[in-house]
Amino acid sequence: MKDFDTAELERKFQEKIDKDIKIEPKDWMPDDYRQTLIRQISQHAHSEIVGMLPEGNWITRAPNLRRKAVLLAKVQDEAGHGLYLYSATETLGADREQTIDDLHSGKAKYSSIFNYPTVSWADMGAIGWLVDGAAIMNQVPLCRCSYGPYARAMVRVCKEESFHQRQGFEIMMQLAGGTPEQKAMAQDALNRFWWPSLMMFGPNDAESKHTAQSVKWKIKRHTNDELRQQFVDVTVPQAEMIGLTIPDKDLKFNAETGKYSYGEIDWTEFWEVVKGNGPCNKERVDARRKAKENGEWVREAANAFAQKRALKKSA
Amino acid sequence: MNTLFEYTIRLADDSLILGHRMSEWCGHGPILEEDIALTNIALDLVGQATSFLAYAGETEGKKRDADALAFLRFDREYKNALLVEQPNGDFGMTMMRQFLFDAFRKPLFERLQHSSDKQLAAIAEKSLKETKYHLKHSSEWVIRLGDGTEESNGRIQDALNTLWRYTPDLFYADEVDQEMQQQGIAPDMAAVYADWNATVQHVFQEATIEIPSNNWKQTGGRKGLHSEHMGHILAELQYMQRAYPNMEW
Ligand SMILES: [Fe+2]
Ligand SMILES: [Fe+2]
Ligand SMILES: [Fe+2]
Repeated sequence: MKDFDTAELERKFQEKIDKDIKIEPKDWMPDDYRQTLIRQISQHAHSEIVGMLPEGNWITRAPNLRRKAVLLAKVQDEAGHGLYLYSATETLGADREQTIDDLHSGKAKYSSIFNYPTVSWADMGAIGWLVDGAAIMNQVPLCRCSYGPYARAMVRVCKEESFHQRQGFEIMMQLAGGTPEQKAMAQDALNRFWWPSLMMFGPNDAESKHTAQSVKWKIKRHTNDELRQQFVDVTVPQAEMIGLTIPDKDLKFNAETGKYSYGEIDWTEFWEVVKGNGPCNKERVDARRKAKENGEWVREAANAFAQKRALKKSA
Repeated sequence: MNTLFEYTIRLADDSLILGHRMSEWCGHGPILEEDIALTNIALDLVGQATSFLAYAGETEGKKRDADALAFLRFDREYKNALLVEQPNGDFGMTMMRQFLFDAFRKPLFERLQHSSDKQLAAIAEKSLKETKYHLKHSSEWVIRLGDGTEESNGRIQDALNTLWRYTPDLFYADEVDQEMQQQGIAPDMAAVYADWNATVQHVFQEATIEIPSNNWKQTGGRKGLHSEHMGHILAELQYMQRAYPNMEW
Protein backbone atom coordinates (compact mmCIF):
# COMPACT_ATOMS: atom_id res chain seq x y z
CA MET A 1 0.00 0.00 0.00
CA LYS A 2 1.27 3.41 -0.94
CA ASP A 3 0.97 6.03 1.72
CA PHE A 4 -0.85 9.23 1.01
CA ASP A 5 2.29 11.31 0.37
CA THR A 6 3.68 9.00 -2.28
CA ALA A 7 0.34 8.76 -4.04
CA GLU A 8 0.12 12.54 -4.07
CA LEU A 9 3.69 12.87 -5.42
CA GLU A 10 2.92 10.37 -8.15
CA ARG A 11 -0.23 12.20 -9.08
CA LYS A 12 1.64 15.49 -9.40
CA PHE A 13 4.41 13.78 -11.32
CA GLN A 14 1.99 12.32 -13.85
CA GLU A 15 0.25 15.68 -14.10
CA LYS A 16 3.52 17.32 -15.10
CA ILE A 17 4.12 14.66 -17.70
CA ASP A 18 0.64 15.04 -19.09
CA LYS A 19 1.24 18.77 -19.40
CA ASP A 20 4.56 18.11 -21.19
CA ILE A 21 6.59 19.71 -18.41
CA LYS A 22 10.06 18.17 -18.41
CA ILE A 23 11.26 16.16 -15.43
CA GLU A 24 14.68 17.36 -14.28
CA PRO A 25 17.32 15.46 -12.25
CA LYS A 26 16.44 17.09 -8.92
CA ASP A 27 12.69 16.61 -9.29
CA TRP A 28 10.88 13.86 -7.46
CA MET A 29 10.24 10.82 -9.65
CA PRO A 30 8.90 7.32 -9.02
CA ASP A 31 11.62 4.78 -8.56
CA ASP A 32 10.34 2.69 -11.49
CA TYR A 33 10.57 5.71 -13.77
CA ARG A 34 14.17 6.25 -12.69
CA GLN A 35 15.10 2.59 -13.13
CA THR A 36 13.38 2.31 -16.49
CA LEU A 37 15.22 5.37 -17.73
CA ILE A 38 18.57 4.18 -16.42
CA ARG A 39 18.03 0.87 -18.20
CA GLN A 40 16.92 2.49 -21.45
CA ILE A 41 19.58 5.23 -21.55
CA SER A 42 22.45 2.96 -20.56
CA GLN A 43 21.39 0.42 -23.20
CA HIS A 44 21.41 3.25 -25.68
CA ALA A 45 24.85 4.38 -24.48
CA HIS A 46 26.24 0.86 -24.76
CA SER A 47 24.82 0.60 -28.28
CA GLU A 48 26.68 3.74 -29.32
CA ILE A 49 29.95 2.40 -27.92
CA VAL A 50 29.66 -1.19 -29.12
CA GLY A 51 28.42 0.24 -32.40
CA MET A 52 31.85 1.77 -32.96
CA LEU A 53 33.35 -1.69 -33.45
CA PRO A 54 31.71 -3.01 -36.64
CA GLU A 55 32.43 0.25 -38.45
CA GLY A 56 35.83 0.68 -36.84
CA ASN A 57 36.63 -2.59 -38.57
CA TRP A 58 36.75 -0.81 -41.96
CA ILE A 59 38.49 2.48 -41.18
CA THR A 60 41.97 1.26 -42.11
CA ARG A 61 40.55 -0.28 -45.32
CA ALA A 62 38.32 2.57 -46.49
CA PRO A 63 38.59 2.83 -50.27
CA ASN A 64 39.57 6.50 -50.52
CA LEU A 65 40.66 9.40 -48.34
CA ARG A 66 37.31 11.13 -48.27
CA ARG A 67 35.44 8.00 -47.19
CA LYS A 68 38.10 7.30 -44.59
CA ALA A 69 37.75 10.76 -43.06
CA VAL A 70 33.94 10.61 -43.08
CA LEU A 71 33.93 7.17 -41.46
CA LEU A 72 36.41 8.26 -38.80
CA ALA A 73 34.28 11.30 -38.03
CA LYS A 74 31.16 9.16 -37.87
CA VAL A 75 32.59 6.61 -35.49
CA GLN A 76 33.97 9.44 -33.39
CA ASP A 77 30.46 10.93 -33.21
CA GLU A 78 29.20 7.62 -31.83
CA ALA A 79 31.78 7.81 -29.04
CA GLY A 80 30.51 11.32 -28.30
CA HIS A 81 26.92 10.02 -28.18
CA GLY A 82 27.99 7.33 -25.75
CA LEU A 83 29.61 9.96 -23.59
CA TYR A 84 26.50 12.21 -23.43
CA LEU A 85 24.30 9.26 -22.69
CA TYR A 86 26.48 7.92 -19.89
CA SER A 87 26.35 11.44 -18.45
CA ALA A 88 22.56 11.38 -18.71
CA THR A 89 22.48 8.13 -16.70
CA GLU A 90 24.67 9.80 -14.09
CA THR A 91 22.07 12.55 -13.63
CA LEU A 92 19.73 9.74 -12.54
CA GLY A 93 22.23 8.53 -9.97
CA ALA A 94 23.77 5.68 -11.97
CA ASP A 95 27.50 5.06 -11.65
CA ARG A 96 29.27 5.08 -15.03
CA GLU A 97 31.85 2.52 -13.98
CA GLN A 98 29.16 0.12 -12.75
CA THR A 99 27.08 0.71 -15.87
CA ILE A 100 30.02 -0.23 -18.06
CA ASP A 101 30.85 -3.27 -15.95
CA ASP A 102 27.27 -4.46 -16.48
CA LEU A 103 27.90 -4.36 -20.21
CA HIS A 104 31.09 -6.35 -19.85
CA SER A 105 29.49 -8.97 -17.62
CA GLY A 106 26.67 -9.45 -20.13
CA LYS A 107 24.07 -8.16 -17.66
CA ALA A 108 23.29 -5.04 -19.68
CA LYS A 109 22.09 -5.25 -23.27
CA TYR A 110 22.85 -3.19 -26.35
CA SER A 111 21.36 -3.07 -29.80
CA SER A 112 21.64 -6.57 -31.32
CA ILE A 113 22.39 -5.20 -34.77
CA PHE A 114 26.01 -4.69 -33.75
CA ASN A 115 26.42 -8.42 -33.25
CA TYR A 116 26.46 -8.93 -37.01
CA PRO A 117 29.82 -8.88 -38.78
CA THR A 118 30.90 -6.25 -41.30
CA VAL A 119 32.38 -8.31 -44.10
CA SER A 120 32.54 -5.81 -46.96
CA TRP A 121 32.91 -2.11 -47.58
CA ALA A 122 29.23 -2.01 -48.59
CA ASP A 123 28.37 -2.83 -44.98
CA MET A 124 29.51 0.71 -44.11
CA GLY A 125 26.84 1.92 -46.48
CA ALA A 126 24.19 -0.49 -45.19
CA ILE A 127 24.89 0.40 -41.57
CA GLY A 128 24.70 4.14 -42.12
CA TRP A 129 21.63 3.91 -44.28
CA LEU A 130 19.66 1.26 -42.38
CA VAL A 131 21.03 1.16 -38.84
CA ASP A 132 21.46 4.90 -38.32
CA GLY A 133 18.21 5.28 -40.27
CA ALA A 134 16.40 3.00 -37.83
CA ALA A 135 18.10 4.73 -34.91
CA ILE A 136 16.68 8.04 -36.12
CA MET A 137 13.15 6.60 -36.24
CA ASN A 138 13.61 5.45 -32.65
CA GLN A 139 15.28 8.60 -31.41
CA VAL A 140 13.44 11.50 -33.02
CA PRO A 141 10.41 10.92 -30.76
CA LEU A 142 12.81 10.79 -27.79
CA CYS A 143 13.70 14.44 -28.40
CA ARG A 144 10.31 15.04 -26.75
CA CYS A 145 10.90 12.50 -23.99
CA SER A 146 9.68 13.55 -20.54
CA TYR A 147 13.12 13.39 -18.95
CA GLY A 148 14.90 16.68 -19.69
CA PRO A 149 18.56 15.61 -19.90
CA TYR A 150 17.70 12.65 -22.16
CA ALA A 151 15.50 14.74 -24.42
CA ARG A 152 18.22 17.40 -24.80
CA ALA A 153 20.92 14.79 -25.48
CA MET A 154 18.69 13.30 -28.17
CA VAL A 155 18.27 16.63 -29.97
CA ARG A 156 22.02 16.86 -30.42
CA VAL A 157 22.45 13.17 -31.21
CA CYS A 158 19.70 13.13 -33.84
CA LYS A 159 21.33 15.90 -35.85
CA GLU A 160 24.45 13.81 -36.16
CA GLU A 161 22.55 10.60 -36.82
CA SER A 162 20.95 12.16 -39.87
CA PHE A 163 24.41 12.99 -41.23
CA HIS A 164 25.33 9.35 -40.58
CA GLN A 165 22.28 8.11 -42.40
CA ARG A 166 23.03 10.32 -45.40
CA GLN A 167 26.66 9.26 -45.69
CA GLY A 168 25.57 5.62 -45.56
CA PHE A 169 22.94 6.09 -48.21
CA GLU A 170 25.47 7.93 -50.34
CA ILE A 171 27.87 4.98 -50.12
CA MET A 172 25.07 2.60 -51.17
CA MET A 173 23.99 4.86 -54.02
CA GLN A 174 27.55 5.06 -55.31
CA LEU A 175 27.91 1.27 -55.19
CA ALA A 176 24.49 0.53 -56.64
CA GLY A 177 25.27 2.80 -59.59
CA GLY A 178 28.79 1.43 -59.99
CA THR A 179 30.28 -1.68 -61.58
CA PRO A 180 28.53 -5.08 -61.40
CA GLU A 181 30.91 -6.07 -58.58
CA GLN A 182 30.01 -2.97 -56.61
CA LYS A 183 26.30 -3.42 -57.16
CA ALA A 184 26.54 -7.06 -56.02
CA MET A 185 28.44 -5.93 -52.93
CA ALA A 186 25.69 -3.42 -52.11
CA GLN A 187 22.89 -5.94 -52.67
CA ASP A 188 24.65 -8.50 -50.50
CA ALA A 189 25.00 -5.97 -47.68
CA LEU A 190 21.31 -5.07 -47.94
CA ASN A 191 20.40 -8.77 -47.89
CA ARG A 192 22.33 -9.29 -44.68
CA PHE A 193 21.36 -6.10 -42.85
CA TRP A 194 17.70 -5.72 -43.81
CA TRP A 195 16.11 -8.15 -41.37
CA PRO A 196 18.39 -7.34 -38.43
CA SER A 197 17.51 -3.67 -39.03
CA LEU A 198 13.80 -4.45 -38.72
CA MET A 199 14.60 -6.30 -35.50
CA MET A 200 16.15 -3.10 -34.12
CA PHE A 201 12.67 -1.88 -33.21
CA GLY A 202 12.28 -4.71 -30.75
CA PRO A 203 9.63 -7.43 -30.32
CA ASN A 204 6.12 -7.13 -31.71
CA ASP A 205 3.81 -4.95 -29.62
CA ALA A 206 2.00 -8.03 -28.30
CA GLU A 207 5.32 -9.34 -26.93
CA SER A 208 6.70 -6.07 -25.64
CA LYS A 209 6.70 -5.91 -21.84
CA HIS A 210 7.42 -2.28 -21.11
CA THR A 211 5.51 -0.37 -23.76
CA ALA A 212 2.30 0.72 -21.99
CA GLN A 213 3.91 2.21 -18.88
CA SER A 214 6.64 3.86 -20.96
CA VAL A 215 4.11 5.47 -23.24
CA LYS A 216 2.23 6.81 -20.21
CA TRP A 217 5.50 8.24 -18.86
CA LYS A 218 6.38 9.65 -22.28
CA ILE A 219 9.72 7.94 -22.41
CA LYS A 220 8.36 6.11 -25.38
CA ARG A 221 5.99 7.81 -27.77
CA HIS A 222 5.28 5.13 -30.34
CA THR A 223 5.08 1.37 -30.17
CA ASN A 224 7.73 -0.89 -31.71
CA ASP A 225 5.46 -1.92 -34.57
CA GLU A 226 4.50 1.67 -35.38
CA LEU A 227 8.15 2.68 -35.64
CA ARG A 228 9.03 -0.41 -37.65
CA GLN A 229 6.24 0.34 -40.10
CA GLN A 230 7.44 3.91 -40.45
CA PHE A 231 10.98 2.67 -41.18
CA VAL A 232 9.78 0.23 -43.84
CA ASP A 233 7.65 2.90 -45.50
CA VAL A 234 10.55 5.34 -45.71
CA THR A 235 13.26 2.85 -46.66
CA VAL A 236 11.64 0.71 -49.34
CA PRO A 237 11.29 3.58 -51.85
CA GLN A 238 14.92 4.56 -51.17
CA ALA A 239 16.05 1.05 -52.11
CA GLU A 240 13.94 1.19 -55.26
CA MET A 241 15.37 4.57 -56.15
CA ILE A 242 18.91 3.21 -56.24
CA GLY A 243 17.95 -0.07 -57.86
CA LEU A 244 18.42 -2.45 -54.97
CA THR A 245 15.97 -5.18 -53.98
CA ILE A 246 14.61 -5.58 -50.46
CA PRO A 247 15.09 -9.26 -49.57
CA ASP A 248 11.44 -9.92 -48.71
CA LYS A 249 9.19 -11.78 -51.14
CA ASP A 250 6.12 -10.80 -49.11
CA LEU A 251 6.75 -7.09 -49.37
CA LYS A 252 3.70 -5.39 -50.89
CA PHE A 253 2.53 -1.82 -51.25
CA ASN A 254 -1.02 -1.21 -50.15
CA ALA A 255 -2.36 1.68 -52.19
CA GLU A 256 -5.29 2.17 -49.83
CA THR A 257 -3.25 2.68 -46.67
CA GLY A 258 -0.16 4.02 -48.41
CA LYS A 259 1.88 1.55 -46.36
CA TYR A 260 3.93 -1.53 -47.13
CA SER A 261 3.12 -4.89 -45.67
CA TYR A 262 6.15 -7.03 -45.06
CA GLY A 263 7.05 -10.62 -44.27
CA GLU A 264 7.38 -12.36 -40.94
CA ILE A 265 10.48 -11.49 -38.92
CA ASP A 266 12.53 -14.46 -37.74
CA TRP A 267 11.98 -14.00 -34.01
CA THR A 268 13.97 -17.10 -33.16
CA GLU A 269 17.05 -15.42 -34.59
CA PHE A 270 16.17 -12.20 -32.77
CA TRP A 271 15.96 -13.88 -29.35
CA GLU A 272 19.08 -15.95 -29.97
CA VAL A 273 21.11 -12.82 -30.70
CA VAL A 274 19.61 -11.04 -27.68
CA LYS A 275 20.60 -14.01 -25.54
CA GLY A 276 24.19 -13.64 -26.73
CA ASN A 277 24.28 -16.21 -29.53
CA GLY A 278 24.71 -13.87 -32.49
CA PRO A 279 27.70 -14.12 -34.82
CA CYS A 280 29.77 -11.45 -33.01
CA ASN A 281 28.33 -11.09 -29.49
CA LYS A 282 31.42 -12.55 -27.90
CA GLU A 283 33.86 -10.56 -30.04
CA ARG A 284 32.09 -7.28 -29.34
CA VAL A 285 31.94 -7.64 -25.58
CA ASP A 286 35.47 -9.05 -25.46
CA ALA A 287 36.79 -6.07 -27.43
CA ARG A 288 35.19 -3.63 -24.99
CA ARG A 289 36.37 -5.56 -21.96
CA LYS A 290 39.88 -5.72 -23.40
CA ALA A 291 39.90 -1.96 -24.04
CA LYS A 292 39.02 -1.42 -20.40
CA GLU A 293 41.55 -3.92 -19.07
CA ASN A 294 44.34 -2.57 -21.28
CA GLY A 295 43.51 0.91 -20.10
CA GLU A 296 43.60 0.07 -16.40
CA TRP A 297 47.24 1.08 -15.88
CA VAL A 298 46.66 4.29 -17.84
CA ARG A 299 43.78 5.33 -15.62
CA GLU A 300 45.71 4.41 -12.50
CA ALA A 301 48.65 6.48 -13.70
CA ALA A 302 46.44 9.46 -14.48
CA ASN A 303 44.95 9.31 -10.96
CA ALA A 304 48.32 8.92 -9.29
CA PHE A 305 49.70 11.83 -11.27
CA ALA A 306 46.73 14.06 -10.45
CA GLN A 307 47.17 13.27 -6.74
CA LYS A 308 50.89 14.03 -6.84
CA ARG A 309 50.27 17.37 -8.54
CA ALA A 310 47.53 18.26 -6.08
CA LEU A 311 49.91 17.50 -3.19
CA LYS A 312 52.63 19.66 -4.75
CA LYS A 313 50.18 22.54 -5.07
CA SER A 314 48.98 22.34 -1.49
CA ALA A 315 52.54 21.90 -0.13
CA MET B 1 63.88 13.71 -60.10
CA ASN B 2 61.14 16.22 -59.27
CA THR B 3 62.52 17.52 -55.99
CA LEU B 4 59.43 19.43 -54.93
CA PHE B 5 57.31 16.32 -55.48
CA GLU B 6 59.75 14.23 -53.49
CA TYR B 7 59.87 16.73 -50.64
CA THR B 8 56.08 17.03 -50.49
CA ILE B 9 55.57 13.27 -50.59
CA ARG B 10 57.73 12.87 -47.50
CA LEU B 11 55.56 15.35 -45.62
CA ALA B 12 52.42 13.66 -46.92
CA ASP B 13 53.45 10.13 -46.03
CA ASP B 14 54.34 10.99 -42.44
CA SER B 15 50.76 12.20 -41.98
CA LEU B 16 49.20 9.39 -43.98
CA ILE B 17 50.92 6.52 -42.21
CA LEU B 18 50.67 7.94 -38.69
CA GLY B 19 47.01 8.75 -39.39
CA HIS B 20 46.55 5.11 -40.36
CA ARG B 21 48.16 3.92 -37.15
CA MET B 22 46.13 6.28 -34.98
CA SER B 23 42.91 5.22 -36.67
CA GLU B 24 43.59 1.65 -35.54
CA TRP B 25 42.74 2.84 -32.01
CA CYS B 26 39.21 3.85 -32.89
CA GLY B 27 36.86 1.97 -30.54
CA HIS B 28 39.68 0.57 -28.40
CA GLY B 29 40.95 3.56 -26.40
CA PRO B 30 41.72 3.26 -22.68
CA ILE B 31 38.97 5.77 -21.79
CA LEU B 32 36.14 7.11 -23.91
CA GLU B 33 37.49 10.67 -23.86
CA GLU B 34 40.84 9.37 -25.11
CA ASP B 35 39.18 7.32 -27.83
CA ILE B 36 37.73 10.57 -29.11
CA ALA B 37 41.08 12.38 -28.82
CA LEU B 38 42.99 9.66 -30.69
CA THR B 39 40.41 9.66 -33.45
CA ASN B 40 40.69 13.42 -33.66
CA ILE B 41 44.42 13.17 -34.20
CA ALA B 42 43.87 10.49 -36.85
CA LEU B 43 41.37 12.75 -38.60
CA ASP B 44 43.75 15.73 -38.56
CA LEU B 45 46.54 13.60 -39.97
CA VAL B 46 44.39 12.14 -42.74
CA GLY B 47 43.34 15.69 -43.59
CA GLN B 48 46.96 16.87 -43.74
CA ALA B 49 47.90 13.86 -45.86
CA THR B 50 45.10 14.69 -48.28
CA SER B 51 46.30 18.28 -48.70
CA PHE B 52 49.95 17.36 -49.13
CA LEU B 53 49.18 14.50 -51.52
CA ALA B 54 46.90 16.63 -53.65
CA TYR B 55 49.66 19.21 -53.95
CA ALA B 56 52.29 16.54 -54.65
CA GLY B 57 50.07 15.28 -57.47
CA GLU B 58 49.85 18.80 -58.91
CA THR B 59 53.58 19.35 -58.83
CA GLU B 60 54.15 15.96 -60.41
CA GLY B 61 51.88 16.77 -63.34
CA LYS B 62 51.06 13.15 -64.13
CA LYS B 63 47.36 13.42 -63.29
CA ARG B 64 47.69 11.45 -60.07
CA ASP B 65 45.31 12.80 -57.44
CA ALA B 66 45.57 12.42 -53.66
CA ASP B 67 43.82 9.04 -53.74
CA ALA B 68 46.02 7.66 -56.51
CA LEU B 69 49.07 8.65 -54.51
CA ALA B 70 47.71 7.40 -51.18
CA PHE B 71 46.52 4.03 -52.40
CA LEU B 72 48.34 3.05 -55.55
CA ARG B 73 52.07 3.44 -55.04
CA PHE B 74 54.41 0.53 -54.44
CA ASP B 75 56.11 -0.01 -51.09
CA ARG B 76 59.40 1.66 -51.96
CA GLU B 77 57.59 4.77 -53.16
CA TYR B 78 56.28 5.63 -49.68
CA LYS B 79 58.70 8.08 -48.00
CA ASN B 80 57.46 8.37 -44.43
CA ALA B 81 59.91 8.26 -41.55
CA LEU B 82 60.30 4.85 -39.90
CA LEU B 83 58.94 6.16 -36.60
CA VAL B 84 55.38 6.62 -37.82
CA GLU B 85 54.98 3.09 -39.17
CA GLN B 86 55.93 1.45 -35.85
CA PRO B 87 53.07 -0.55 -34.29
CA ASN B 88 50.76 1.07 -31.75
CA GLY B 89 51.83 -1.19 -28.90
CA ASP B 90 50.22 -0.13 -25.64
CA PHE B 91 48.86 3.36 -25.02
CA GLY B 92 52.27 4.44 -23.72
CA MET B 93 54.00 3.36 -26.92
CA THR B 94 51.42 5.21 -28.99
CA MET B 95 51.76 8.39 -26.94
CA MET B 96 55.56 8.27 -27.03
CA ARG B 97 55.55 7.81 -30.80
CA GLN B 98 53.10 10.69 -31.10
CA PHE B 99 55.13 12.92 -28.83
CA LEU B 100 58.44 12.30 -30.63
CA PHE B 101 56.67 13.08 -33.89
CA ASP B 102 54.69 16.14 -32.71
CA ALA B 103 57.82 17.65 -31.17
CA PHE B 104 59.37 17.38 -34.65
CA ARG B 105 56.38 18.54 -36.63
CA LYS B 106 55.76 21.71 -34.64
CA PRO B 107 59.13 23.41 -35.28
CA LEU B 108 59.01 22.11 -38.85
CA PHE B 109 55.62 23.67 -39.58
CA GLU B 110 56.52 26.86 -37.72
CA ARG B 111 59.20 27.37 -40.35
CA LEU B 112 57.45 25.82 -43.31
CA GLN B 113 54.56 28.27 -42.93
CA HIS B 114 57.02 30.93 -44.19
CA SER B 115 58.13 28.80 -47.14
CA SER B 116 58.61 30.50 -50.49
CA ASP B 117 56.23 27.86 -51.82
CA LYS B 118 52.85 29.40 -51.10
CA GLN B 119 50.95 26.14 -51.22
CA LEU B 120 53.21 24.34 -48.77
CA ALA B 121 53.20 27.41 -46.55
CA ALA B 122 49.41 27.40 -46.45
CA ILE B 123 49.16 23.69 -45.61
CA ALA B 124 51.84 24.09 -42.93
CA GLU B 125 50.05 27.05 -41.38
CA LYS B 126 46.79 25.12 -41.11
CA SER B 127 48.52 21.96 -39.88
CA LEU B 128 50.52 23.89 -37.30
CA LYS B 129 47.36 24.74 -35.36
CA GLU B 130 46.47 21.05 -35.17
CA THR B 131 50.03 20.01 -34.38
CA LYS B 132 50.27 22.38 -31.43
CA TYR B 133 47.22 20.73 -29.94
CA HIS B 134 48.60 17.25 -30.65
CA LEU B 135 51.90 18.14 -28.98
CA LYS B 136 50.16 19.51 -25.93
CA HIS B 137 48.14 16.33 -25.66
CA SER B 138 51.02 13.89 -26.25
CA SER B 139 53.51 15.69 -24.02
CA GLU B 140 50.96 15.85 -21.20
CA TRP B 141 50.44 12.11 -21.46
CA VAL B 142 54.17 11.36 -21.55
CA ILE B 143 54.59 13.40 -18.37
CA ARG B 144 51.50 11.91 -16.72
CA LEU B 145 52.58 8.35 -17.46
CA GLY B 146 56.21 9.03 -16.61
CA ASP B 147 55.36 10.64 -13.29
CA GLY B 148 52.33 8.43 -12.58
CA THR B 149 52.80 4.98 -11.09
CA GLU B 150 55.82 2.73 -11.06
CA GLU B 151 54.19 0.59 -13.73
CA SER B 152 53.38 3.50 -16.02
CA ASN B 153 56.88 4.92 -15.59
CA GLY B 154 58.33 1.57 -16.61
CA ARG B 155 56.06 1.31 -19.61
CA ILE B 156 56.72 4.80 -20.95
CA GLN B 157 60.46 4.32 -20.41
CA ASP B 158 60.24 1.05 -22.39
CA ALA B 159 58.44 2.89 -25.15
CA LEU B 160 61.19 5.47 -25.32
CA ASN B 161 63.84 2.74 -25.34
CA THR B 162 62.08 1.08 -28.26
CA LEU B 163 61.39 4.17 -30.32
CA TRP B 164 64.47 6.29 -29.72
CA ARG B 165 66.44 4.56 -32.49
CA TYR B 166 63.93 5.78 -35.08
CA THR B 167 64.22 9.48 -34.22
CA PRO B 168 67.31 10.24 -36.36
CA ASP B 169 65.25 9.23 -39.39
CA LEU B 170 63.01 12.25 -38.78
CA PHE B 171 65.98 14.55 -39.36
CA TYR B 172 67.53 12.66 -42.22
CA ALA B 173 68.47 15.27 -44.81
CA ASP B 174 69.78 14.58 -48.29
CA GLU B 175 70.08 16.42 -51.62
CA VAL B 176 66.30 16.84 -51.71
CA ASP B 177 66.32 18.85 -48.49
CA GLN B 178 69.40 20.79 -49.55
CA GLU B 179 67.90 21.84 -52.84
CA MET B 180 64.59 22.75 -51.24
CA GLN B 181 66.38 24.73 -48.58
CA GLN B 182 68.43 26.61 -51.20
CA GLN B 183 65.19 27.58 -52.91
CA GLY B 184 63.76 28.86 -49.65
CA ILE B 185 61.09 26.16 -49.72
CA ALA B 186 62.25 23.88 -46.90
CA PRO B 187 63.54 25.00 -43.51
CA ASP B 188 66.96 24.23 -42.11
CA MET B 189 66.74 20.78 -40.51
CA ALA B 190 69.46 21.63 -37.99
CA ALA B 191 67.25 24.37 -36.54
CA VAL B 192 64.25 22.05 -36.43
CA TYR B 193 66.39 19.48 -34.65
CA ALA B 194 67.54 22.01 -32.04
CA ASP B 195 63.94 22.87 -31.16
CA TRP B 196 62.94 19.23 -31.10
CA ASN B 197 65.83 18.39 -28.82
CA ALA B 198 64.95 21.16 -26.38
CA THR B 199 61.34 19.95 -26.22
CA VAL B 200 62.15 16.29 -25.66
CA GLN B 201 64.79 17.05 -23.01
CA HIS B 202 62.37 19.22 -21.11
CA VAL B 203 59.44 16.81 -21.28
CA PHE B 204 61.52 13.75 -20.37
CA GLN B 205 62.87 15.58 -17.35
CA GLU B 206 59.35 16.36 -16.18
CA ALA B 207 58.33 12.80 -16.91
CA THR B 208 61.30 11.48 -14.93
CA ILE B 209 62.40 9.22 -17.77
CA GLU B 210 65.77 8.95 -19.47
CA ILE B 211 67.02 8.91 -23.01
CA PRO B 212 68.58 5.49 -23.60
CA SER B 213 72.37 5.44 -23.74
CA ASN B 214 72.30 3.06 -26.69
CA ASN B 215 72.45 5.31 -29.73
CA TRP B 216 71.77 2.71 -32.33
CA LYS B 217 70.20 4.51 -35.31
CA GLN B 218 67.71 3.30 -37.87
CA THR B 219 67.16 5.31 -41.04
CA GLY B 220 65.86 4.64 -44.51
CA GLY B 221 62.26 5.87 -44.53
CA ARG B 222 62.99 8.88 -46.76
CA LYS B 223 64.53 6.52 -49.32
CA GLY B 224 61.55 4.20 -49.17
CA LEU B 225 63.39 1.54 -47.22
CA HIS B 226 60.92 0.52 -44.53
CA SER B 227 60.48 -1.90 -41.66
CA GLU B 228 58.54 -5.14 -42.09
CA HIS B 229 55.47 -3.41 -40.65
CA MET B 230 55.03 -1.23 -43.69
CA GLY B 231 53.89 -4.00 -46.02
CA HIS B 232 51.10 -4.92 -43.64
CA ILE B 233 49.97 -1.32 -43.36
CA LEU B 234 49.83 -1.08 -47.13
CA ALA B 235 48.01 -4.40 -47.43
CA GLU B 236 45.19 -2.90 -45.38
CA LEU B 237 45.39 0.63 -46.69
CA GLN B 238 45.39 -0.45 -50.33
CA TYR B 239 43.09 -3.46 -50.04
CA MET B 240 40.02 -2.00 -51.72
CA GLN B 241 41.87 -0.15 -54.46
CA ARG B 242 43.93 -3.23 -55.32
CA ALA B 243 41.08 -5.73 -55.10
CA TYR B 244 38.64 -3.55 -57.07
CA PRO B 245 40.76 -1.45 -59.42
CA ASN B 246 39.47 1.56 -61.33
CA MET B 247 36.22 2.07 -59.50
CA GLU B 248 34.60 5.09 -57.88
CA TRP B 249 33.66 4.86 -54.21
FE1 LIG C 1 24.98 7.53 -32.45
FE1 LIG D 1 22.00 6.20 -31.29
FE1 LIG E 1 25.15 7.14 -35.84
